[in-house]
Amino acid sequence: MATTIDSPRAPHTVRRSRGVNWEKWGWIYMRASGVVLLILIFGHLFVNLWLGDGIKAIDFAFVGGKWSDPFWQVWDCVMLWLAMIHGGNGMRTIVNDYATRALTRKILLAGILVAVVAEIVLGTLVIFTFDPCPAGSPADLLPSFCPVN
Amino acid sequence: MPNNPAGTMTPRRPAGTLYRGREGMWSWVLHRITGVAIFFFLLVHVLDTAMVRVAPGAYNAVIDTYKNPIMGLGETALVAAIVFHAFNGIRIILIDLWSKGAKYQRVMFWIVIGLWVVTMLGFAPRHLINVFSEVGH
Repeated sequence: MATTIDSPRAPHTVRRSRGVNWEKWGWIYMRASGVVLLILIFGHLFVNLWLGDGIKAIDFAFVGGKWSDPFWQVWDCVMLWLAMIHGGNGMRTIVNDYATRALTRKILLAGILVAVVAEIVLGTLVIFTFDPCPAGSPADLLPSFCPVN
Repeated sequence: MPNNPAGTMTPRRPAGTLYRGREGMWSWVLHRITGVAIFFFLLVHVLDTAMVRVAPGAYNAVIDTYKNPIMGLGETALVAAIVFHAFNGIRIILIDLWSKGAKYQRVMFWIVIGLWVVTMLGFAPRHLINVFSEVGH
């Protein structure tokens, strides 16, 4: 079959495959989630590392105190989802840029997907099934609001 | 610049390459390196925090291995990477969406560096004092 070439002055038409343009939504997602993540992560770092005694104060009782408040549970859960997908999509872009063999690329992309899904599931379960006062734990490790065993 | 009618010769430098050379390129390189570093930290950070679901003592044991000067310096570098990635991300959004973004991308890079310096001056001394005041305890 002979190849037909458009005349030089033919109007330009963009050939589009039907369906969702995932690359476009990925591009939008990186920018939208980036702005929200700036607020969430700067707040996270400010409260955990800058206020009070910073890193010195971080222990089980500190986390227990934060996650007994739904505000911080939702904050951390949104941060987890947005950051893992943002980071996973960024890693996907880098793998697509540098992995030249199809098999290497497939393995790396699958690895990123598995890591992102596993961490989102694990992190979400931890945030919402967390017990700040687990029975039988030494009282000096627990938040001060826990009933004495 | 010689006055070339369009299409009469190949320009020495390709036009409109925001990402080749100087600030445009190095900001892109730094954005990638900091992004990858933050991603791998995040994988570890979710796992260490998940230890709260195992036992209070298990979580404290993991966190105690972070409370030393080497990890403290690593945390400072991590925050430096996050702050650069965050501010340069805003610069990228402005380049893409603001009508004058590409024109001002170079000056915006130096604004990013300036804001990064100010933020790190606010964070690093305080964090390092917290880290080093615990040495020996």
